[in-house]
Amino acid sequence: MMADLVTLLTGVLIFLGIATAIGRVIAWKYDPDGTNPTIDNLNARIMAWWAMIAILGAAFLLGRGAVILLFAFLSFAALREFMTLTTKNRADHWSLLAAFFVVLPFQYYLIWINWYGLYSIFVPVYVFLLLPIFTVIKGEEKDFLIRISETQYALMICVFCASHVPALLTLDLPGFEGRNVLLIAWLVIVVQISDVLQYVWGKLLGKTKIAPRISPSKTWEGFVGGILSATLIGTALFWITPFSPVFAFLLALAATLMGFFGGLVMSAIKRDRGIKDWGHLISGHGGFIDRLDSVVFAAPIFFHLTRYGWAT
Amino acid sequence: MDTHTPLYRRIAARLLGWGIRTAAHVVTAVRADWHGCEPVDKQRVYFANHTSNADLPVLWAVLPPRIRAHTRPVAAADYWLKNPLRAFVGRDVLNAVLIDRRPEARAAGEDPMSDINQAIDDGASLVIFPEGLRNMTDEKLMPLKAGIYNMGVSKPDLEFVPVWIENLNKIMPKGEVVPVPLICTVTFGTPMFVRAGEDKDAFLDRARLALLETDPDHRRPNRSLPREGATL
Repeated sequence: MMADLVTLLTGVLIFLGIATAIGRVIAWKYDPDGTNPTIDNLNARIMAWWAMIAILGAAFLLGRGAVILLFAFLSFAALREFMTLTTKNRADHWSLLAAFFVVLPFQYYLIWINWYGLYSIFVPVYVFLLLPIFTVIKGEEKDFLIRISETQYALMICVFCASHVPALLTLDLPGFEGRNVLLIAWLVIVVQISDVLQYVWGKLLGKTKIAPRISPSKTWEGFVGGILSATLIGTALFWITPFSPVFAFLLALAATLMGFFGGLVMSAIKRDRGIKDWGHLISGHGGFIDRLDSVVFAAPIFFHLTRYGWAT
Repeated sequence: MDTHTPLYRRIAARLLGWGIRTAAHVVTAVRADWHGCEPVDKQRVYFANHTSNADLPVLWAVLPPRIRAHTRPVAAADYWLKNPLRAFVGRDVLNAVLIDRRPEARAAGEDPMSDINQAIDDGASLVIFPEGLRNMTDEKLMPLKAGIYNMGVSKPDLEFVPVWIENLNKIMPKGEVVPVPLICTVTFGTPMFVRAGEDKDAFLDRARLALLETDPDHRRPNRSLPREGATL
């Protein structure tokens, strides 16, 4: 497992090195005085990728505990960005505290102890029913349905769905024992490279906007080019997965499509709330949700497809 | 803080100041949005809405260090002198201009504006919450007190920057002790001045309007929910 992981990380670093060089050449050739915001943002994004790869790679090398802890932290950062925009009032204070400091840690604890029967229903069943009860006790009915719905949606996306990335570690895949970290690496690489390639294809050839009102940067050219090339990369990486090339192709296609539409859904929420980015902490990318949206949408489907088809 | 302050006290003040700013960043992931002006190093009066005790630490944390170094908050003496720790934070860490809000506690003939005017004459920038008290009402903003007008009248070229602090009342509503870790945004609006011959009420109305317009919610046309008290 270690050897494959190191090979994979080396490949990613070489890829990133090439991207950095290209970004620098573009800046040097077309924007010597550093005034073009698109080129500036491109290089900021690439630099942020070094940091993200370093953190993710370190967690992978450290193993299961580090990966679960990393995603718990990412969930927290995402939940914070999402909850900032939801409808809430004074009566929700303790429900919000429960979301951050009880629901989130407990969900990741359940993944840590590998209790599939509970972590797969905890948020959609128990929290779904109990948190509104906890809220209604305060006796504030104003915007009640909107408040409980938005809180639940935030928890589903930022905690439940996000936690399905480290949940891949709990799958029992015959012949793949001890290699589950590679499954996470494969999913993250395929979905993120799809985002990157959609951006690249879109910048190079993009003309026809898919949903101009929701996401002005998404084009048909970027969509088709990005999904296809990322799916092919996922297929080429079949050797780190338990899948045959054909199934690696199909699962990569499912993951990248979910990722694309996840990005679209999260964009619609941003547009409605009148913001451009979810946050400001990842230089060039915006917030944590801006970077995670596609992975979050892909993870649960990928998890269950893999569980259904390959796990015992 | 004058130069006669003992070294250990200055070091302690530095450390505590760093701790307060770090806590503000960790708990609220606070960010500054210089929407209507640049963070430049010039004399200004930053006037902000006030809903929480954390307003001042948060605003103070997002000021760039070179601006923060000569920016002094105007704060209530009756709050900041209540115990030795608060007094240390108020005087040594925040370098506040402390004003007693209770007329009966002031010495006879003492003008609460004199310390403020002195600070302005010394070239300091100020942070002030012109509502006077924390806003516990459902209104977005309470009526503004005349203090900022008086500063501007005696110094007509003094720049007033409206500052909207968002979300702090949700992070820690009145009476709660545990903060919800939401993101707080501090928005700096377009600077304004007291116009020649402008009377108090006219200026305070303009200042109030400028403050409400600095609220990013004001620029979010698509909010589907009715916003309480957002009408101007």
